[in-house]
Amino acid sequence: MKTYTYTEKKDTRSGFGAGLTELGRTNPNVVALCADLIGSLKMDQFIAENPERFFQIGIAEANMMGIAAGLTIGGKIPFTGTFANFSTGRVYDQIRQSIAYSGKNVKICASHAGLTLGEDGATHQILEDIGLMKMLPGMVVINPCDYNQTKAATIAIADYDGPVYLRFGRPSVPIFTPADQKFEIGKAIKFTEGTDVTIVATGHLVWEALEASKALHEAGISAEVINIHTIKPLDDKAILDSVAKTGCIVTAEEHNHLGGLGESVARVLAQHRPTPQEFVATNDTFGESGTPAQLMDKYGLNSEAIQNAVKKVMKRK
Amino acid sequence: MPNIKELTDLTTQVRRDIIRMVHKVNSGHPGGSLGCAEFFVSLYQELMERKDGFDMDGIGEDLFFLSNGHISPVYYSVLARSGYFPVEELNTFRLINSRLQGHPTTHEGLPGIRIASGSLGQGMSVALGAAQAKKLNNDDHLVYSLHGDGELQEGQNWEAIMYASAKKVDNLISTIDLNQQQIDGSTDDVLPMGSIRAKFEAFGWTVLDIEKGNDIEAILEGMKEAKSLTGKGKPVCVLLHTVMGNGVDFMMHTHAWHGKAPNDEQLANGLAQNPETLGDY
Repeated sequence: MKTYTYTEKKDTRSGFGAGLTELGRTNPNVVALCADLIGSLKMDQFIAENPERFFQIGIAEANMMGIAAGLTIGGKIPFTGTFANFSTGRVYDQIRQSIAYSGKNVKICASHAGLTLGEDGATHQILEDIGLMKMLPGMVVINPCDYNQTKAATIAIADYDGPVYLRFGRPSVPIFTPADQKFEIGKAIKFTEGTDVTIVATGHLVWEALEASKALHEAGISAEVINIHTIKPLDDKAILDSVAKTGCIVTAEEHNHLGGLGESVARVLAQHRPTPQEFVATNDTFGESGTPAQLMDKYGLNSEAIQNAVKKVMKRK
Repeated sequence: MPNIKELTDLTTQVRRDIIRMVHKVNSGHPGGSLGCAEFFVSLYQELMERKDGFDMDGIGEDLFFLSNGHISPVYYSVLARSGYFPVEELNTFRLINSRLQGHPTTHEGLPGIRIASGSLGQGMSVALGAAQAKKLNNDDHLVYSLHGDGELQEGQNWEAIMYASAKKVDNLISTIDLNQQQIDGSTDDVLPMGSIRAKFEAFGWTVLDIEKGNDIEAILEGMKEAKSLTGKGKPVCVLLHTVMGNGVDFMMHTHAWHGKAPNDEQLANGLAQNPETLGDY
């Protein structure tokens, strides 16, 4: 079985910052907007190198989304930066009308998604953003899993013409994907080959899925771990090919089970190949204050929860 | 020198277009549309520097954004009669499979439209972004926007109004259609806003009034003054005093025709008040 290790941990938001910095050097049409969270979004370097292409909007996210839509008229490629909560729920109608329905080439870049925002608590821990964004016609939804993948995704979305929601997070997490990877929107990545169960994970849960697969291997269970970094458009074929072999699936995400990756997978399976599925996700709940690790443990978003879900789903085959 | 007779004739024809479009589908927003007919005609025929044809980026020309998208009938009529698409297409307003949706959109690819609007309060932010893109592109053309007065009750406007002066977006002329009416009544009945001039001034804008907002000569004079005030470090706000329903007597001075279509008899009455000039579509 292929195993994954890491030598360094970093936050995925820093991957975004690094990607944005690179875009600043390579793509003169890329502009960045922020609603008073430059440091949190790691936008400092881009701003230092391209002050004329940065727009500090102030604490006014609705205005930021509209300005971003306007900047596309004239050929700019705006990247907006704020927390995931303020990038989605707070400005849903602005995104819906001025960006998605208007077909504008805006990249909505959202940090501090999910429970791992930590101590600030539920007001800031959005667990509904994937659902909100994937329901918008034409919106691409991406949730990368580590620093390198987030950097690669940030660079890749500048070359895609259309609205994108890019979701990443605050805590330091293992770096286990290659620095030189080419990011393909909508293309799943198979991390391990397996025959007993498919584990489909996104974002911070991908590392947990790999940890789970190691433990499962020792217990004699062969798990196929697939990284779905693009929740929309979903790589239906990768999922269907895998379950054709394994016959059951666990989905894992730092998001409500309503509206998340798991539901998107369930739709594909229901339509093409009904398959037993278990969901590692939050259970229609708000979060709370705590450390990221405490929260992920309390709400069942870790390797152990994935292993338990695997054992449960295998019995349903 | 602008030919006022030609502009007046076009305005009369636009009024006919508006009430015929709304009557045909028994829906739409004639009141605000009629109130802004002279403004749209002046803008597209005299004030804006426009390229031939249409491209989304609009580099090298003036841009216009309609924030209060419900007055789409006047927008569509003036766009068609300014050459953006065939006037016959006005026949398809609000019908299935039409590019002329109830509220304007880019989604169906109608030339002349650069943003969807209808959900209120979003247009000024978009206009600001387009104006800042012009500055980045070293394009010295202007961005115009139009907003309802009732629409200013939406909070996003005030985010945009604050930003515009803070960032010295001085290539923007935002016009407020000051007809003092909204769906549920007069703006003073629904939510009194006090002095809109004082508010814009307090937010750092240059403000001027066009008291006769349904008089083409007054509009041209006022908007030319507004143009002369651009490029001086401040955004420019025009308070356009209009009469809702202007040109159709029974629709004037009331909010009743905000979103209501005339019946056959009312249509005939309205058309009789506005004899055909350039030819109906």
